[in-house]
Amino acid sequence: MERLRLIGGYLRRNVPLIIGLTILLVLTLFTIIGYQIIDPKVDPYPLAGPASAPPTLNYCPRSDPECENTEPVAYPFGTDAQGRDLFAVAVAGTWMTMQIGLMAGVIGLAVGAFLGFTSAFYGGIYDMIVRWAVDVLLTVPGLLLLIVVASSLGETTINVTGMGLIIATISWRGPARVIRSQVLSMRERSYVMMARLNGMSGMGIIFREMMPNLLPYLGASLVGAVTAAIFASMGLAALGLGPLREPTLGVTIYWVINQSAFLRGLWWWGAVPIAIVALLFVMLFMISIGLDEVANPRVRRSA
Amino acid sequence: MRYSWSFVARRFGLMLLIIWSGATLNFFIPKMTPRNPLREKLLLEATRSGYIPPGFEEMVQAYEAKFGLDKPLWQQYASYMGDMLRGNLGYSISNYPKTVWELILEGLPWTIGLLLVTTILSFLIGSLLGALMAWPRSSNFVKYILPSFLVLGAVPAYVIALTLIYFVAFRWKILPMGGGYGIGTFPSLSVSFALEVVKHSILPAVAIILASAGGWAIGMRGMMVTVQGEDYMTFGEAKGLKETRLFYKYGVRNALLPQVTGLALSLAFLVSGNVLVELVMGYPGIGTLLARSISQLDYFMIYGIVFVIIVGLAIAMFIMDMIYPLLDPRIATEGN
Repeated sequence: MERLRLIGGYLRRNVPLIIGLTILLVLTLFTIIGYQIIDPKVDPYPLAGPASAPPTLNYCPRSDPECENTEPVAYPFGTDAQGRDLFAVAVAGTWMTMQIGLMAGVIGLAVGAFLGFTSAFYGGIYDMIVRWAVDVLLTVPGLLLLIVVASSLGETTINVTGMGLIIATISWRGPARVIRSQVLSMRERSYVMMARLNGMSGMGIIFREMMPNLLPYLGASLVGAVTAAIFASMGLAALGLGPLREPTLGVTIYWVINQSAFLRGLWWWGAVPIAIVALLFVMLFMISIGLDEVANPRVRRSA
Repeated sequence: MRYSWSFVARRFGLMLLIIWSGATLNFFIPKMTPRNPLREKLLLEATRSGYIPPGFEEMVQAYEAKFGLDKPLWQQYASYMGDMLRGNLGYSISNYPKTVWELILEGLPWTIGLLLVTTILSFLIGSLLGALMAWPRSSNFVKYILPSFLVLGAVPAYVIALTLIYFVAFRWKILPMGGGYGIGTFPSLSVSFALEVVKHSILPAVAIILASAGGWAIGMRGMMVTVQGEDYMTFGEAKGLKETRLFYKYGVRNALLPQVTGLALSLAFLVSGNVLVELVMGYPGIGTLLARSISQLDYFMIYGIVFVIIVGLAIAMFIMDMIYPLLDPRIATEGN
């Protein structure tokens, strides 16, 4: 109880974290409740409803004479030109996009943390190779690498899981560099020396002694990696290299661009993914600022 | 002598390494996938006529021999590297008589021009706003309302661009929807054409600036907070200096140094452009070219653009590394 109050008291001072977590809560509720309403196998795909219906709470085609007798179908976010129910797209797409981001982020963090820990800890030629690889690959814009990978795979073979794996091929670079530099400064600390003198194995020291000290950093890196992964997946999808059959947010934006939704006056088609994407990135941004404050007490003082 | 030789050599080595890795990845990633662009293209042509001719496999093999794809991998790699060294990127598949190089050279000035202007503008705007946000005597609007706009920096520029297109171009019809110049005007060296280009560049520029100024502002605000704790600020204030002089000459000037470092770095990324903003706006730079090549499955074009951007980046980074010690003499002396 005391502990909870302390956390509550801390949170009150960390406004960005609160804003971020609130948006996260709202999006989670939106997804959970949304999934109860929609049919995720039908509604977010083409021909689920009438084409280009504007947002309405009771839709009723004028051509249908029995309209008043039948139960009206609601399209609170409207439908797109191919008849996807945009509310269902928002619900399913947000979750799919999060899945891609989480998958690539977690894989990236795991691989990056492993490379960062081991290369900083063991040093030598291995460290040199890892350092050069990270330096070189971080110079090349990630989106370009992903374009080469995704375009040579072909969009027909890409699904949500595949997308996550493709992004994971680059998402380890950032965490590897950050964690390597952290471990470098930690390697010479006295408790690491102590563990070494006690004959603890290298991996033991890494996982049992160093890892717990870096947990706040790992948390912040995870949020960073997820953000970067979502950013990359959206960019790739908007270029037409995403899972084109799935209603992810990036693919929806691709259709908005490709079918010039705005020029046809279908503003809701663009507004839905744009609003959710903006919300999603603001959420991640706020959480990462908040976590930064937890991980770097120095930021806390200067703010 | 400002530079140590090992510094120059190491940076040059890094540049070559980046270019080599770029070329190698570009060669091997497509080879590792089960996809065969040549067969796909031929199959596409063949099915267009309604049936697949009986000698199709022989045809594929004949073409593979013609392009040297039947040779062992290391030979293909060697000849590929030779081509890359000579700057021979091959022909565009979808705009056949044109080479990849010609098409890239058409787009490059647009991309660099747009990015140069937006990078410098967002640096200036962001830094000034960041400094004002940290200044204790700023108005409440600047101190409390403006920071909430920083979240725009979290949103991708192309999403902002889409929103701007809808409101500014489609709804209010203030600015053109997209493209580099109006339909029916021809590129020429005249004032009217220049104005046309400027008019078409405003929306993409605003989108990029909105998305990137926030980052500069955050960095500048942090530095400004640090600078304000310095003794010379207290001294200047005690001396009764004018507010503006204290702000610009004492505060901003000192806080700006790390920002300039960041500016130099981001100038190196000019060539890579902002692919998606260009695509959304139909801006005739290499971003749009890349997007079009992707949708047309123009592989030589895709790999060529990626390679050119990587080379451009590597060279720009090298140049920046060389200019850098002139800005900050402390850097060149660090040998390792």
